[in-house]
Amino acid sequence: MSEEHLKMTLKSLKDRFGLHESELMKYPPTLVADPAQMVEICQVLRDECEFNFLCELTAVDYWPEEEPRFNVVYGFYSHAKNVRIAVRVPLNGDNPSISTVEGIYRGANWHERELWDMFGIHFDGHPDLRRILMPYDWEGHPLRKDYPLGYEEPQFTFNYDEIDKRKHHGRYEEA
Amino acid sequence: MAEPVEVNFPELKHLVSERAFKGETVLLNMGPQHPSTHGVLRLLLELDGEVIVNCVPDIGFLHTGIEKNMEAKRWLQAEVMTDRTDYLNNTGNNLAYCLAIEKLADLDVPPRAQTVRVILVELERISNHLIWLGTQALDLAAQSVFLYCFREREAILDIKEMVSGQRMMTTYFRPGGLWRDIPAGFEIAVRRFLRMFPERLKQYEAILTKNPIWLDRTRHIGKISLEDAIALSQTGPVLRGSGLAYDVRKAQPYSGYEQYDFIIPTGTNGDVYDRYQVRMEEMRQSLRIIQQALDKLPYGPFRSNNRKYVPPPRAELGTSMEAVIHHFKLWTEGFNVPKGAVYHPVESPKGELGYYLESNGGNQPYRVHMRTPSFLAIQALPIMAKGHLVADLVAIIGSIDIVLGDCDR
Amino acid sequence: MGIEQKAGDMGIVTVGLEQAVNWARTRAMWPMLFGLACCAIEMMSAQAAHFDMSRFGMELMRASPRQSELMIVAGRVARKMAPVLRRLYDQMPDPKWVISMGDCASCSGVFNNYALLQGVDEVVPVDVYVAGCPPRPEALIHGVLTLDEKVRNEKLTTWK
Repeated sequence: MSEEHLKMTLKSLKDRFGLHESELMKYPPTLVADPAQMVEICQVLRDECEFNFLCELTAVDYWPEEEPRFNVVYGFYSHAKNVRIAVRVPLNGDNPSISTVEGIYRGANWHERELWDMFGIHFDGHPDLRRILMPYDWEGHPLRKDYPLGYEEPQFTFNYDEIDKRKHHGRYEEA
Repeated sequence: MAEPVEVNFPELKHLVSERAFKGETVLLNMGPQHPSTHGVLRLLLELDGEVIVNCVPDIGFLHTGIEKNMEAKRWLQAEVMTDRTDYLNNTGNNLAYCLAIEKLADLDVPPRAQTVRVILVELERISNHLIWLGTQALDLAAQSVFLYCFREREAILDIKEMVSGQRMMTTYFRPGGLWRDIPAGFEIAVRRFLRMFPERLKQYEAILTKNPIWLDRTRHIGKISLEDAIALSQTGPVLRGSGLAYDVRKAQPYSGYEQYDFIIPTGTNGDVYDRYQVRMEEMRQSLRIIQQALDKLPYGPFRSNNRKYVPPPRAELGTSMEAVIHHFKLWTEGFNVPKGAVYHPVESPKGELGYYLESNGGNQPYRVHMRTPSFLAIQALPIMAKGHLVADLVAIIGSIDIVLGDCDR
Repeated sequence: MGIEQKAGDMGIVTVGLEQAVNWARTRAMWPMLFGLACCAIEMMSAQAAHFDMSRFGMELMRASPRQSELMIVAGRVARKMAPVLRRLYDQMPDPKWVISMGDCASCSGVFNNYALLQGVDEVVPVDVYVAGCPPRPEALIHGVLTLDEKVRNEKLTTWK
């Protein structure tokens, strides 16, 4: 039963919105959509195709490709039919923004805050878009590929003195 | 009535209700360091007397940048970090990561490895529920339960140490199977645990289940309705406590779970007591699964033979040139996973744990995202806490079983 | 000699002030509950019945910094948490000691990235480092005993 429901859903979405399947995602079966269609797709999925559960909302950064730079991945699950489906939405690099699906799936609220914090993807219509994991005054969006890892060079014997000059770890002065 | 409050950050004014500006309600900070928040969770409580009007969680105090750090490591090095996200469910995280890689790379896993994986993951589920029970009881002032639970947990940690050498962060599951075969004393130790544990479970239930103090403090507290739970993407005991029998082990079985016979316990009200009952019953079902798995533990190889991902045994290195080349490649560069992306869900003790893994064909993960149940459970906390007292909030936080490492990654 | 001989069997013992005070400090050092991540679970295991830490004086874990002497930083310290850590350290009254438990607190362990303090000694002075990921409860107890030795050897002039 779940296989038929999956085929039916994929077919109806492809016909209604003109989507195509993604070759990149091996599991679950995925469609590629436009940012502008996303709210309507979510409405259709929840109300007509019984996908009442948003299980995954994440993004991937493909820098240095600028168009598209981000790919936002939505994962849906249907409790009644036991089917999983996913939708990928490509976004461009400068001022990436997409409308929020928080009105349809309430669980997307914190996921979208995390995407804003980590990637800088703006969600239009989100009631409370602010940083969630990083400190409030942090600058930059850490999970972007052009953000440095912040790797600290370990201090071995051959570079002992150079690193010692740069930071005074361990030697704490009493205030 | 207190003095009217001046909220200094205009962009945060929407978090507090208007009553706070008039001074009718008090803003209290239940800070990151608190004995009952089970980690570094900060809650901004808006209180009317002692009744919670609104509760705003503030997370990020344990953000470790694991997802970004995994992109800089090779596939096997990155697995070490998966243990440390949800540090009460190490083997479960390892399993989800390995299953995702195996799906991307089409690796086979021999049945012996699958069975041992199931045994260790179910033992981990029991260990997680023991810590949950111990800390929730400790918060509600049943201190002896805490000590008993940790005593049981030592038996499970001894088993984990026997197989892998490490008490907690084992990294025992590798893509393709296990790191090494289980030692000789494994089966004896697990059977001894299976004989000992049901009695202890009965002892915990005797202390708590019909205890009037426990009932008073957990009945009708922290209710979440089924529609709210589904809308807020809850899974695991929170969703099952509200009535829906959804378990990834039954819905999309992995690692041989379809062979085992177990039931999924559900509650009816969605309150703290129901979640407690659900978890106690889950421990019993885990014992059933371990019993069945141990009885049918097959002989055979413990890891796949695919030399592109699995190093050859040392004895082969003396005789075969290909083995030496594979060994060299795996140790210097690591294995390459073919290009693709996958989202693989697994049932962790807290809910549905999903790994979104994307590879661009190289020897490093391109993107790893962990869909963790604790992140969403804290999102649902304000709904559960509205209208209750501060002391009830302690019980509610205990019952949703959060681990901040899981939430903040 | 001296007073002890003259006092005879009255049950009087003389000892240096340093020795007495240091001995008293080590025998009842109450740690502050500062478990952050995985090492906190091993700290809880060390406090539980199997590897009992109360035989070394750590009977209770006080949640309030005003009532504790030892801060065991157990777990990784994120950049968002660092000011909180420093504030709690400042709120502890003297004498106070810090044990940095685990690899993440000593040197950020496995995680060498933007989000963590590379070692908790960036913000607080540490007395004893306990290595391990997570350290076994016996390793933590060994760290506590090392701290005991350090306190035992403190001199009058360096008392806080």
